[in-house]
Amino acid sequence: MHCEGREGMKELQYDVLVIGAGAAGLAAALEVSRNNASCALVERESHLGGILIQCIHNGFGLEEYKEELTGPEFAERQVQAVRAADVDIFTDTTVTQLNAENDRKEAYCYSAVYGVLRISVRAVILAMGCRERNRGNIRTPGTRPAGVYTAGLAQRLVNIEGYIPGQDVVIVGSGDIGLIMARRMTWVGAKVHAVIEIQPYPSGLTRNIVQCLNDFDIPLYLSHVVSRIEGKQRVEKVQVSPLTNGIPDEENSFEIPCDTLLLSVGLIPENELSKEAGMEINPQTNGALVDATMMTSIDGVFSCGNVLHVHDLADWVAEEARRAGAYAVRYLRNERPKRQIRIKAGANVRYINPAMFDPDNPDKLYFRSLIVKNQAKLQIKLDHKPVKEVRLSHVQPSEMLHVKLKPKDVAGWNIMKDSVLEVSIE
Amino acid sequence: MASTDAAAVRADVAIIGAGLSGSCIARQLSAYELDIVLLDKECDVSMGVSRANSGIVHGGFHHNLKYLKSRLEIRGNLMYDRLQRELDFPFKRCGILVAALNDEEMKYIDHLYTQGVENGAIGIEMCSRERMFELEPKLNPDCVGGLHAPGGGVLEPYRFVFSVVESAQKNGVEVVTNFEVVHAERAGERYRIHAADGRQVEARYVVNAAGLFADRVSEIFGAEEFQIIPRKGEYFLLDRATEAAPQRVLFPVPTKVSKGMLVIPTVEGTVLIGPTAQEIEDKEDVSTNADQLNLILDQARKMVPKVSQTDVITAFSGLRPALADGDFYIDISAKAPNFIQVAGIQSPGLTAAPAIGEYVKDLVKKAGCSLVEKADWDPYVSKLPRIRDLGPYEADNLVNANPAYGNVVCRCEEISEAEIVEAIRRGHTTLDGIKYFTRAGMGRCQGGFCSYKIIKLLIRETGMSYKDIQKCGAGSELLRDAL
Amino acid sequence: MSQQEPIREMICISCPLGCHLSLYKDENDELTVTGNKCKRGVVYAEEEYYAPKRVVTCTCPAESEVFPRLPVRTTTSLPKEHIDALLRAAYALTVKPPVACGEVLIENFEGTGVDLIASMSLGAEQ
Ligand SMILES: Cc1cc2nc3c(=O)[nH]c(=O)nc-3n(C[C@H](O)[C@H](O)[C@H](O)COP(=O)(O)OP(=O)(O)OC[C@H]3O[C@@H](n4cnc5c(N)ncnc54)[C@H](O)[C@@H]3O)c2cc1C
Ligand SMILES: Cc1cc2nc3c(=O)[nH]c(=O)nc-3n(C[C@H](O)[C@H](O)[C@H](O)COP(=O)(O)OP(=O)(O)OC[C@H]3O[C@@H](n4cnc5c(N)ncnc54)[C@H](O)[C@@H]3O)c2cc1C
Ligand code: SF4
Repeated sequence: MHCEGREGMKELQYDVLVIGAGAAGLAAALEVSRNNASCALVERESHLGGILIQCIHNGFGLEEYKEELTGPEFAERQVQAVRAADVDIFTDTTVTQLNAENDRKEAYCYSAVYGVLRISVRAVILAMGCRERNRGNIRTPGTRPAGVYTAGLAQRLVNIEGYIPGQDVVIVGSGDIGLIMARRMTWVGAKVHAVIEIQPYPSGLTRNIVQCLNDFDIPLYLSHVVSRIEGKQRVEKVQVSPLTNGIPDEENSFEIPCDTLLLSVGLIPENELSKEAGMEINPQTNGALVDATMMTSIDGVFSCGNVLHVHDLADWVAEEARRAGAYAVRYLRNERPKRQIRIKAGANVRYINPAMFDPDNPDKLYFRSLIVKNQAKLQIKLDHKPVKEVRLSHVQPSEMLHVKLKPKDVAGWNIMKDSVLEVSIE
Repeated sequence: MASTDAAAVRADVAIIGAGLSGSCIARQLSAYELDIVLLDKECDVSMGVSRANSGIVHGGFHHNLKYLKSRLEIRGNLMYDRLQRELDFPFKRCGILVAALNDEEMKYIDHLYTQGVENGAIGIEMCSRERMFELEPKLNPDCVGGLHAPGGGVLEPYRFVFSVVESAQKNGVEVVTNFEVVHAERAGERYRIHAADGRQVEARYVVNAAGLFADRVSEIFGAEEFQIIPRKGEYFLLDRATEAAPQRVLFPVPTKVSKGMLVIPTVEGTVLIGPTAQEIEDKEDVSTNADQLNLILDQARKMVPKVSQTDVITAFSGLRPALADGDFYIDISAKAPNFIQVAGIQSPGLTAAPAIGEYVKDLVKKAGCSLVEKADWDPYVSKLPRIRDLGPYEADNLVNANPAYGNVVCRCEEISEAEIVEAIRRGHTTLDGIKYFTRAGMGRCQGGFCSYKIIKLLIRETGMSYKDIQKCGAGSELLRDAL
Repeated sequence: MSQQEPIREMICISCPLGCHLSLYKDENDELTVTGNKCKRGVVYAEEEYYAPKRVVTCTCPAESEVFPRLPVRTTTSLPKEHIDALLRAAYALTVKPPVACGEVLIENFEGTGVDLIASMSLGAEQ
């Protein structure tokens, strides 16, 4: 670490800067330091672990640690490893600006402890996680009273601060966060009256449907929306409408009295910092477009975890982040892929990450299905020619899938400069 | 809002309503040797009409000078530069464009132009199609020409009110919030004014600037009978990252009932689209409605095709406090003594507000109140630093002086702990009050990340219980219980 | 048997397929299961029917400024009928830092053999 002052402002130099210390940032920083590069890990909050800290339920770690852990336990293992490694950790410090166009990249960080810091590095790993979609994003009409919370905010209030936002709860969205919160609110003594899901299928794991809704007889309304919020000062009731041809059917609507509405309507990668730095975004994921080495359209800037695309599993976040960390170090050593070809999302595939493929170093691909199907088939084609098929016992949009290509898969391929790999689901 | 316990307040002038009108009147009168109270029923100032509107300082061409509102609009517009220097609120003269989409509409532009010239609107310009696209490349390609009024601008109305009120307070005005006027009687030369909770204020002169409820307040004082008809306007707010952000405020050619659906680059960098115009009955109904919201998107796309619903971060609505004749009604009451009516203050009430202040000051004098200038009247308020507006070196100095400036609480709008604490210390002790004062929670996450931090700061700074933390006033408590 | 009404229906959560299981009782009071695509479905149904258990995760009050609640969990799954009592017991505890992740807070809860443990470490605060 090299420190010098200029006009009073603190300046630090490292090989790599990791922004955000959630599951992704922790894993990436650890990997960077294992590869003997100097690393700064900057986190806005006073604790490390990101969103994991408020996910007090179990269901983490089966792949990373081969045992079932809660979010805080998962984080603690990661944090211990990072603290033992040679990583400079800055908590309570927010990166507010990233200048990344040059060879040396600069990040400005605001902190009550350090003042304004300028961190200068050769590579940056973005691991800022995501934010929750809110009422405005789903444009729910009605009044604007107190009592409308995003599920993650409610989770934070209940699990970390110990406050109970309301007693009679309706939850919008059947993603895992919504389901977990249905059980959590019940377990703190609130009554959860319903979960409302716009899709014809639940978007959370079956296990959570069973253990978080069915266990408590909480009704799940599929193909329904909350079409109106009512109440002057505090939520008094919501109007729920079935969807007919995609439009709320006013006639068959019904009301549910409640004082609280929790919104679990999706997450959006938090890429404002990266966008301002000029990074190209994949409209399908709202995350960066990355190449086979997890590098974004800006040279030397890498992305992983929820800021790249929204993950279901912290284990996969950690795996992806480790790769980003390793590739960032290779970049420092000027080890870049000799060649890369484009990967394209084919039929029934919403997106695939990364967007490029290195035939000399085949690696894991993460993707999401557009359809719900048992006994599906993953079809990989090189320039329209099938080159690999994988059976998938079950696919659904809310469950991320992955496939790892091996060198022997690639061995016989006839790869040209402008070849395209297409991944589809049948 | 920091307010006085009004159990035994006696004043020369009581102003009912702390919106744009009431606050500008209060500040104007604060220059004279008078005891003034500014009363409002809400938990903070600017929580009525003045909180949800388009925030446009109009260009002076929409209305004929025969209307009082038009004359006050022209005068008010000219007063803003000086006010900004004195009061430090976000305001930008970005200019206004009215776009005609066909030749029929172009004829109306002719009319607006002539009217603008007659009104003395500065710099007003007729534009060809080419000129329009030069001024605003994002316009609908169908645009055939239009009008440019460089003197128009945008501001954050509530921030303006907060600054005006702060200045008034600095010069001795007492602000009393949560004071809903429900009854009044004559007590000698004074009025005794009763609040719903039993508090009382006595005053020799009363100004009725109660916005949507001016008719009710007039009735309470036995003054003129009239009816305020609420006309709802709904909006969408778009993220500052939207590609639809224009350089100037974009108007369509107006219709009979409203100025039409606008695309407004707010002074803070977000984009506002709307408002709709719908007469309603309930003066407290600021709900939003699916059909109206769809209309906004459709109409806004007619101005700027790049408007996209994925950029929407929130929706809200405001009510125009209109009188049947459409004009302002500002006059000394013919029925109730020493009672001044400031009613029907719909658009361009924001633009006109500073001029309304002046105008009412003259009416107060005319009603017999003697106005003696204060020797020590101070028009300036202290500038509040905001880390968002500072470069890193300036910010570093600030953080060294007060570390709380380094703690970014609202990430979307980059608001520091110090700014929030300052808002709380100035008496903004509800989530909405803090939000309107600092912008924390107004960005793309709409408070998803920072609400709990603000709740904790409120508890720390005020010592209040978690149970008393409100979104905006009694009944809007955020937390029901604790584990 | 197919005419008979199932006594319970449930979704198997032993793998992502999520088979919809129907449970029947025969004359000898023996449980039979249909709808499962593999044997694990039967095991799941039997356990859910005769002795349903859940891992419980919640929080205890902690004497800490930063983390006023300490996340806790059961070591293994707890028979369902004990859950309410466990929640009440957990909410009634007060934990004084320092506490280490994994530290036992309640041992052998109501004789179930299941412990309640801290699922996060809290350092001592100045
Ligand atoms: C409610 C919920 C339930 C879940 N359940 C499970 C489960 O059962 N099993 C499972 O495996 N996974 C689960 N997940 C998924 C998993 O927890 C997440 O995908 C993973 O933790 C995300 O890690 P991350 O590091 O990408 O993001 P985050 O944890 O969000 O970390 C991002 C970090 O970056 C920081 N940051 C952002 N911007 C800046 C900046 N400008 N400057 C400094 N710091 C910044 C943030 O403060 C944050 O700490 C769940 C997720 C949620 C939300
Ligand atoms: C949709 C919309 C868009 C607009 N756009 C623009 C624009 O772009 N440009 C422009 O110039 N103008 C615009 N306007 C007009 C402008 O917003 C209003 O003219 C202005 O806000 C009116 O201010 P006010 O102080 O008269 O009323 P208010 O802000 O409503 O203030 C009245 C106050 O009185 C209080 N009150 C009421 N009854 C009582 C009682 N009994 N006791 C105590 N207190 C009471 C209320 O709480 C309120 O705070 C718009 C208006 C709307 C609705
Ligand atoms: S029965 Fe077998 S295949 Fe079906 S969900 Fe259970 S474990 Fe999966």
